[in-house]
Amino acid sequence: MKYQSHHRVGDQPWLRRTLILAAVALSALLLAIPLVLIFTQAFSAGWGALVSNIGDRYTLHAIGLTLFVALLTVPLNLVFGTALAWLVTRFRFPGRKLLVTLIDVPFAVSPVVAGLLYLLLYGRNGWLGSWLADYDVQLMFSWPGIVMVTIFVTCPFVARELIPLMQQQGTEEEEAAVTLGASGWRLFRRVTLPNIKWALIYGVVLTNARAVGEFGAVSVVSGNIRGQTNTLPLHVELLYQDYNIAGAFAAASLLAAIAILTLAIKGVAEWRQARLLAREPADRNPQ
Amino acid sequence: MSIKIEHLNKTFGSFQALRDISLDIPDGKLTALLGPSGSGKTTLLRIIAGLENASDGRILFGDRDISRLPVKQRNVGFVFQHYALFRHMTVAQNVAFGLESLPRNQRPPKTEIRKTVNRLLEMIQLPELANRYPAQLSGGQKQRVALARALATRPDILLLDEPFGALDARVRKDLRRWLRGLHDEFHFTSVFVTHDQEEALELSDQVVVMSQGQVEQVDSPTRLYANPTSRFVFDFLGHVNIISGTVSDGWLQQGNARVSLPGVSTSGDAQLYLRPHEVHLSVEPDSRACLPFTIEAINLIGAEVRVELRPDGWDCDDIWEVGVSHSEFSRWQPQRGDRCFVSPEIGHLFRNGDNRPQPVTWP
Repeated sequence: MKYQSHHRVGDQPWLRRTLILAAVALSALLLAIPLVLIFTQAFSAGWGALVSNIGDRYTLHAIGLTLFVALLTVPLNLVFGTALAWLVTRFRFPGRKLLVTLIDVPFAVSPVVAGLLYLLLYGRNGWLGSWLADYDVQLMFSWPGIVMVTIFVTCPFVARELIPLMQQQGTEEEEAAVTLGASGWRLFRRVTLPNIKWALIYGVVLTNARAVGEFGAVSVVSGNIRGQTNTLPLHVELLYQDYNIAGAFAAASLLAAIAILTLAIKGVAEWRQARLLAREPADRNPQ
Repeated sequence: MSIKIEHLNKTFGSFQALRDISLDIPDGKLTALLGPSGSGKTTLLRIIAGLENASDGRILFGDRDISRLPVKQRNVGFVFQHYALFRHMTVAQNVAFGLESLPRNQRPPKTEIRKTVNRLLEMIQLPELANRYPAQLSGGQKQRVALARALATRPDILLLDEPFGALDARVRKDLRRWLRGLHDEFHFTSVFVTHDQEEALELSDQVVVMSQGQVEQVDSPTRLYANPTSRFVFDFLGHVNIISGTVSDGWLQQGNARVSLPGVSTSGDAQLYLRPHEVHLSVEPDSRACLPFTIEAINLIGAEVRVELRPDGWDCDDIWEVGVSHSEFSRWQPQRGDRCFVSPEIGHLFRNGDNRPQPVTWP
């Protein structure tokens, strides 16, 4: 009786072991083995083949386009996400709650559906697209369309990271800065930004990961033109359908490498933010 | 610089936080805004600072209308209840922030700023903590840094929102004394918000008692305590003993309790308010009153012995408290459960439906 009272609910040894075993088995089957397989497949024909596969003209173009899209998407969503988080955490206005819910729409909608909507709206026969076509502006089946859908799909990441943190930190420090005569820009740069720095980096890393890896929405609006509108994920699919297995895995290994690097940066950012928060409530006399 | 508030109103949606506030805050004095939570005192302070906008009404600093000026241009120092120090800056950087935020043509040179910061850190007696971060300080130290930071730009007016609310009793007392000293030395106009009546009475030159978004009474601490003008102020400031009953022929009666009311000629239902130090205890009733009690508890700690009394043969909402000097207590040696009588010296009579008291004294 005395010893049993130390057990919490669900803390029986057999239950614990079963759960751990299930978690390990599932992670291995679903995560670890496929990841290892990508790299073994990519290296199966040796270093030389891997380098020549990646050095392929079309693959290089796909890498370039993917990086270009990410380079445009990330800064735009960084500014947009920060502004949005600032708006909903620092001001009270009618429709604020609705706006917070709307931020999640890109998460809730399937990317393919998002792509189709953009196609319907901005395509040559679309509502806005036909008007733009009169001025010789083509958005769909070219890089601007890819950037647009990528922005749509990735826009919640930064705001999602910042909103809970900014809510928790409250407005007092900013109010203090205002009473001390700080201008809006100085307040943001010297007070707000240092407090949200790591969450912001985390959001950017996630945005970048998704921007590089997005397939569904991009595949609808890009038109898959090899050497023109093919991003890296689309290129993997294309190579695979050409029965160029080695080429497909070489490109896939690049994406996987980016993902692993992203996770590492995300880990560091999370750790730094957690350390900042942990330091805060300590209210003791150092003497 | 004096502050004048004229017909100020503030509503949040359908909730009216402040109702037609008009107030004069004298130059160079410490004024307390005292009231229970939800009385609107913090809202009023934030409106004075410009952190919140009034729905209508005017605020003047001296004879300048600043109602429409942004916070930056009001030249006020603000101290927050939870310090609001910049957590990623050192103590010295925190204190320097206001000076570094000045427009370029008013900003002192770097060496000057460093000198001012050092002087302020001397003033708050923490020069050795200049390079610490806020997380490494105790609550009392943080609040002193917050004060130094607010005073760095030499504001005309210092506003403090429950400045000692988050500190423990001992530190609070030290800091209170220190602030009083600082104020006596520099004579800035200060307004501070508190829900602690003791703090308000001890620290301020003028107390503004607020309740439900309205000003109940504005007075010096002494006058406020001696002459509360409403039931609310009576209840809020210190303990008060209340007997309600019916007045007829110059006596207030309820059950087997009766009190004479010299000089009272009206009749009807009324409540008599008696401060714990304005009554005395005895073993027998006297000609003034017959208020029988049983002794419920005795508290020996403090300058006086505090005796808690339960009415015997009549009713009241709250237990009565009476102060007895230690010498009298040791002479009399009452025990818990003993029967005793209260005799009034000064009383305040509220007739039903009337919010102003009528003073009663016994010859």
